[in-house]
Amino acid sequence: MTTWIDIGSVVQIPRRGARVVKTAHGCVAVFRTHDDRIFALDDRCPHKGGPLSEGIVHGTRVTCPLHNLVLDLETGLATGEDQGRVATHPARLEGGRILLDATLLAKRSAA
Amino acid sequence: MMVQKLVVIGAGMASGRVLEHLFEDMPGAYDVTLFGAEPRGNYNRIMLSPVLSGEKTYEDIVTHDAAWYDANAVTCRFGETVTRIDRARKVVVSAKGETPYDKLLIATGSAPFMIPIAGRDLPGVMAYRDLDDTNAMVAASAKPGAKAVVIGGGLLGLEAAAGQRLRGMEVVVLHLMGHLMERQLDPAAGYLLQKDLERRGIHVHCKAQTKAILGNGKVEAVLLDDGTVYDADIVVMAVGIRPETRIATDAHLEVERGIVVSDQMITSDPDILAVGECVQHDGQLFGLVAPLYDMAKVAAKTLTAEAAAFRPQQTSTKLKVTGVDLFSAGDFAEGEGREEIVFRDPSRGVYKRLVLQDNRLIGAVIYGDTADGNWFFGLIKDKTDIAEMRETLIFGPAYQGGASADPMAAVAALPPEAEICGCNGVCKGKITEAIAGGATTLEAVRARTKASSSCGSCTGLVEQVLAVTLGDAYAAPAVKPMCPCTDLTHEDVRRLIKSQALKSMPAVMQELGWKTSCGCHSCRPALNFYLLADWPLEYRDDRQSRFVNERNHANIQKDGTYSVVPRMWGGVTSARELRAIADAADKYNVPMVKVTGGQRIDLLGVKKEDLPAMWADLNAAGMVSGHAYSKGLRTVKTCVGTEFCRFGTQDSTGLGIKLEKLLWGAWTPHKVKLGVSGCPRNCAEATCKDVGVVCVDSGYEIGVAGAAGMEVKATELLAKATTEPETIEIITAFVQLYRENARYLDRPWKWVAKVGLPWVQATVVDDLAARRALVERFEISQSVYRKDPWAEHARPEDRADWAPLADLTLEAAE
Repeated sequence: MTTWIDIGSVVQIPRRGARVVKTAHGCVAVFRTHDDRIFALDDRCPHKGGPLSEGIVHGTRVTCPLHNLVLDLETGLATGEDQGRVATHPARLEGGRILLDATLLAKRSAA
Repeated sequence: MMVQKLVVIGAGMASGRVLEHLFEDMPGAYDVTLFGAEPRGNYNRIMLSPVLSGEKTYEDIVTHDAAWYDANAVTCRFGETVTRIDRARKVVVSAKGETPYDKLLIATGSAPFMIPIAGRDLPGVMAYRDLDDTNAMVAASAKPGAKAVVIGGGLLGLEAAAGQRLRGMEVVVLHLMGHLMERQLDPAAGYLLQKDLERRGIHVHCKAQTKAILGNGKVEAVLLDDGTVYDADIVVMAVGIRPETRIATDAHLEVERGIVVSDQMITSDPDILAVGECVQHDGQLFGLVAPLYDMAKVAAKTLTAEAAAFRPQQTSTKLKVTGVDLFSAGDFAEGEGREEIVFRDPSRGVYKRLVLQDNRLIGAVIYGDTADGNWFFGLIKDKTDIAEMRETLIFGPAYQGGASADPMAAVAALPPEAEICGCNGVCKGKITEAIAGGATTLEAVRARTKASSSCGSCTGLVEQVLAVTLGDAYAAPAVKPMCPCTDLTHEDVRRLIKSQALKSMPAVMQELGWKTSCGCHSCRPALNFYLLADWPLEYRDDRQSRFVNERNHANIQKDGTYSVVPRMWGGVTSARELRAIADAADKYNVPMVKVTGGQRIDLLGVKKEDLPAMWADLNAAGMVSGHAYSKGLRTVKTCVGTEFCRFGTQDSTGLGIKLEKLLWGAWTPHKVKLGVSGCPRNCAEATCKDVGVVCVDSGYEIGVAGAAGMEVKATELLAKATTEPETIEIITAFVQLYRENARYLDRPWKWVAKVGLPWVQATVVDDLAARRALVERFEISQSVYRKDPWAEHARPEDRADWAPLADLTLEAAE
C-alpha cells in the first residue's frame, strides 16, 4: 500500500506549471496541468539533464527548456521521434492538497 | 351538381393555399366567401421580415390580388371579423349579418403570446404578426437613434431584430434561454448566430428574465430580474404563439390546445374543416409553413370528396436574415444510440452537425454554409441509408456519387458554378477561366479573381482547383503551419487576431480551431507575444506561456543555474554600480563574472532561489533588468561620441541612452539590438545591428536589418535624419511596425526581407501620419511594459515561489 505525504497546496503550483521537491533521490518536478491534474517526474531530462520543472507545460506534456525534448507526463516517455524516458512517481490531489508517494522520503539505496 | 357555399374564416397563408388547390382541382364547385380580420387579402406572411428590413415591399409579397379573387368569384369580406358560428343553422355571424354555409373552413391562425407582466399594455409594446405590426416598427425607426427591445430570441424575434437594425435602430434582444433559437439550434450554432448578430450591432442578452415594461403613457424601458434596464422606444414581444381557437371553442367544437382535426382536416363537426396554425393534429401544433401547405392540399381534397390524409412531414428551418446562413432540420438532440458528425471551420464561422441513428440521418444543424441543407433535409425525409457515404457525408453532395473519397476527385467533380470563395462569391468556373488565362499560381488567381483573398479559408480549395486544372504543371507553394496544433501560418494567425479582435489565448484557440486543448511549446509563446503586442491594454501576459528565460527573467544555463545581467544604459556604468555588482557576485558565490558583447556585465551560475534576493540588491543600487534573456530590446551599444572622442560628430552615447530608456521593456518578435556610432569609423559596430545609427556631420544615418549571428549582414539605409528627435521617432516607429507585423522569432532582417524595405520606408519615413500613429501605439504598449520585472519579482513575500516547494531530504534525515 502506498503511503502518501502531503507536500503542499495545489495553488502553490501555477496551472500549466511545475514546482520542485527535493528528495533523497534527487529533485522531483511536480506538475499541474491546465485541468488541475498533478504529475510527479524526476526533474532531469533524459536527454541532457535539463530541469523539466522549467519547461512549458501543454496538455499532459512538458517540453524540456534546454533542447525541446517533449515528454509525456503520464508515462515519462519522450514523444515523437525522440527516445528516452524519465522516472514517474505516484502523485495525487486530495482536497486541494498534493500528495506524493512516501517512498521518496527514503534514503538513497546503498548504491 | 348544385354549387355549394364555402365560407372561409381567415385569409392567411393556409386558407389561400386551400383555395388555390380547390379552384384547380374542381373549378366552380364552391361559391366562396372569404372573411379576413386584416383589411387586406392573402399575402406571404413569412416574407414580412424582408418588408421590415426594407428589402421587399408589401406589393412584392401579396399572393392573391383583387384580380385573382374576381376571376375565381370569391366574395371578399376583408376587415370583417366573424364573431360566432351557429352550427345548428349553418351560418356564421359577423357585424354585417349572417352568412350561410354548406362547408366551413376555419383558418384563424395563431395569436402572439404576450407575457403577462406590468406595462405590457403601454403604447409601443407590440407583437410581430402582421403587416400592421411591421408598419409600426418601420414607423418607429423613423426617429433618429430609436431604440428597440425584442423579447424572444426565436425565429420571429431575431427576424424582427435584424429588420429593425437594418432600419437603423439600436436593437437589444432579450432571450430567456441560454442560447438563441434553442428549439432549432444546439448551443454551438446558437453561439455563432449570436456572434453574427452582435457583429451587426444587435445586442443579445441571453438568460434574460423580463420583469416589467416601464413607461409613463408610453413605453420607455424594459426592466430585467437582474436589475438591468434597457431603454426602449418600442418593445416587440416574440416569445411564442398560441392557436387562435376562440370562435371554435364558442361553437363547442372539440378544442384542446388547438382545434382538433382528423387526418382529413375535419373538426368534430363533419361540415367544418380547419387548417393552419389554429389546428391540433395528432396532439401536435404547427408553426412552420411546410406542414400548413400540406394541410391545405388535404383540405382541398376533402372538400372535393377525394381521399387524402395529412401526415406531418419533417420540417426544416431557415432564418430569413440576410447574410445569416442557418439551417436546421429533424431531431438533433443527443441520445442513446445516436451518433454525430461535426465539422467546424471557425475562422469562416461554419458549423455543421449531423445526427445519425441506425445509418440514417435524423437531424442536421448547419450554420454559416447552408448550401447543402436541402440535400441533408432530403436524406432525413427519405430516411436514406447513408452507410456507404458516411465518411464524406458531412461534405455534402459534391463529395458523393463515387467510390473515391479523394478530395481532388471531389474538386474535379464540382460544376463550374460551384462556389469556391464564399467571401468574394467566386465560383469554380471563374477560377478555371483565370487559370486558362495564365494565372498559374495561387497569388495570380488571387490577384485576378479575389478568391481566397479575404478570409483565406478557401485557400486549400483554390489550390486544389489549380492542381486539378494544371496537373503536374502546378507547383504547390510550401505553406508551413505555425505548429502541429493548427494548419494556419503565423501570418494567418496574426492577421486573424487583429481582424477578429481575438484578445485571449482561449479565444484564439477556439475561434481558429486549435487541435490541442492548450497549444504547445511552439505556439504558446508566439500567441502570447501576438496578443500582448496587438492588445497591450486588454491582454494580460501569460507567464506560463513563456520560455523559461522570460518566465524567470534570467538566462538558464546548461546546469540549470542562471545568469544575471543588469542593464547599463548605453554601456555606461559607474563605480557605485560596479561595487554593487561585485558585492552581489561575492554574496551569491557567482562562479564567473564576464563582460558581454553588448557592453555590460554578466553574472553566471546563479541558483534560481537566489535570483529574487540578488535582484533586490541590484535594484537597491539603482540597477534594473538588462533583459539579456528576452525577445525584446537587449542593448544599445554606443561609442563615446562628441563627449570625449576627437572624431565624434554627434552625442552618440547620449542618443544611445535616450533610445534605450525609451525602448526598454518592450517585447518584440525576436531580440532587438541597437548600436549608435558617433562617426563613420563605427566603433559601436552599428552597421550589423537590428537598428544601427551612424552619426555624420549633417545628422544621423539610420540603418536597419543588419545581422551578426549565424547570418552576417550589413544594415540597409532606412533614412537620413537631421535631428535627434526625428531619429528617435523613426526608430520607435520601425520597432513598433516590426512588433505589429513580424512573425514570432523572425529577427528584423528576416522580416524586412519578407516585406521589403521600400514598404517599411513608406510607412515609417514617408508617411508622417503613419509614423506618428506607430509611435503613439508604441507608447500605449510601453505604458504597460516599460517597467523592471526584477523589482516586480523581488518582493520578499513572493520569494518562496522561487524555491523548491518542499525539501524531503531534511525530513528524511530526522
